[in-house]
Amino acid sequence: MNALSRFFARLEGPQTIGRGPVFWTGFLIVLAGACAYPMFSDGYTVGNTVYFFTWVFMALGLSLIWGYGGSLSFGQTAFFGIAGYSYGVLTLNFGAAYGFTLVAVVIALVIAALAALLLGYFLFFGRISGVFLGIVTLSVTLVLERFMAQTAGPEWAIGKARLNGFNGMSNMPPLTIPWPGGDIVLYPDVQLYYVVLGLLVLVYLGLRILVNSAFGNVLVAIRENPERAEMLGYDIRKFQLGAFVIGAVLAGLSGVLYTSWGQYITPSSMGMTAAALPIVWVAVGGRSDLTATLIGTLVVLAAFQALTIHGAQYALVVMGFLLVLTVLLAPRGIILALAGFLGRLGKSKRGDA
Amino acid sequence: MAILQTRALNKRFGGLHVTNNVDLSLEAGEVHCLIGPNGAGKSTLFRLILGEHSPSSGQILFAGEDITALKSFQRIRRGMSVKFQVPGIFKALGVRQNLETAMQHHYPAASLHEEIDRLLEFLKLTGEARQLAGNLSHGQKQWLEIGMAISLKPKLLLLDEPTAGMSPDETYATGEMVRRLNADGMTVLAVEHDMAFVRQVADKVTVLHLGQVFAQGSIDDIVADERVAAIYLGQAHG
Repeated sequence: MNALSRFFARLEGPQTIGRGPVFWTGFLIVLAGACAYPMFSDGYTVGNTVYFFTWVFMALGLSLIWGYGGSLSFGQTAFFGIAGYSYGVLTLNFGAAYGFTLVAVVIALVIAALAALLLGYFLFFGRISGVFLGIVTLSVTLVLERFMAQTAGPEWAIGKARLNGFNGMSNMPPLTIPWPGGDIVLYPDVQLYYVVLGLLVLVYLGLRILVNSAFGNVLVAIRENPERAEMLGYDIRKFQLGAFVIGAVLAGLSGVLYTSWGQYITPSSMGMTAAALPIVWVAVGGRSDLTATLIGTLVVLAAFQALTIHGAQYALVVMGFLLVLTVLLAPRGIILALAGFLGRLGKSKRGDA
Repeated sequence: MAILQTRALNKRFGGLHVTNNVDLSLEAGEVHCLIGPNGAGKSTLFRLILGEHSPSSGQILFAGEDITALKSFQRIRRGMSVKFQVPGIFKALGVRQNLETAMQHHYPAASLHEEIDRLLEFLKLTGEARQLAGNLSHGQKQWLEIGMAISLKPKLLLLDEPTAGMSPDETYATGEMVRRLNADGMTVLAVEHDMAFVRQVADKVTVLHLGQVFAQGSIDDIVADERVAAIYLGQAHG
């Protein structure tokens, strides 16, 4: 019991902003609002919100690797693509009956994790860090994009699943939950919304516990001073690899959810633009905090979509500008800077009273 | 019993012979100071002992076992601990969290925070526990790192210029702490320039010069040795 209460106490800690009754009341209000929201909206808009939510997993994973661990991975989209394509190949071959789509999700995530384990082993045990880590991970995702883009011919098929080159794969079944009296098919609508929202809450809270635990302490210690962390007896390579694999699985989860949401995946999901965007979301919000990353990612995604509708290709230029502005004005991230400002405001008010 | 021994230790960087056949032996329970002019090879020897550099040839023994091939973190786990010259702390983390990170695997979870409180008091940092480590004064940072180093309960504590940048009062207090730790059974190897500090703590002094052991003995022997004075003066004139 004592161990369990210690476990949940880790929901708060020095590594995460937000603590105490005020924060958690706010959290529950937002969650209740998110639960009620589909009742006041139409199916298309709810589906669009699901689309935003699917990306947040990748952003949270990048926050863990980069914001907490200090290793900039520029290639999270590689794992997004690996998991997305794996889901496609598996479900196109074996269908959706007997809950197989859920098995396919698990297998796809395991494949992404193994890929991250292999790549991460050579990166971290080879003591590659800093800008070189970014270059290698970016190269990996670009190579995967190039490779998948040339798989147009009929010889590029795995079982029944054609890879289809630059056009990508499509028509894989959406997530399906087996249920007595008829399977529940999670079309990109209200049902998928609740599943993704539930996953998001689980992942967010789980990561909060993780970063405030002993593992999180070591991870941020490595970011601050890797030599000192090693000289406390920690094999820092294992911690870096661990964070990298968790981040890759989360990117893979984004990939799987995205693929089942739109029932397609293309090589461009691993391309240069796709690889750069998560860095913008995470940096603008505040990479060293999960809550800031979560809010920042949703805000930037919504703004990006609004811009795309009105200004087409200019949206990307604005994203670049936003990144530069953040780096110059609020290097820790805009949401995190705002939270700090609000915190100081609250403190000085209490001081006056 | 020798707790640390280097046998014919050599380190070359290209044509530069930075550590030249060093045989150093540390008895368990002693405070041993390593001195020498700039460029004598003190830091390199330190890094060899810690496993940050691997030697070109030679052997390092710790508690009777050959650790030459071990990685740094493995040496730490066997009972070494180090305090760096430039305070190696986690600046963006709180003081308490710095200690928690160092101590979390060495103490049971139930008593961890009591142990941290005790150490904070020992370091005179109780009032600063919630501050970011980066906001501490220079001397306090040095103390915090010493705290992290000793919290591992090492058999051998390595100190790289522990008093660099400290005021005379802080230096003296640090010396007193080293003596107290030593009285509790900790062996200490310190690189130090401050001769007052060396006199305060050292049982034995080794002088390094041009990568070689130049002289060895008690502090009085070393101070009386005219050749030692000459290499320091030579350095000053050069």
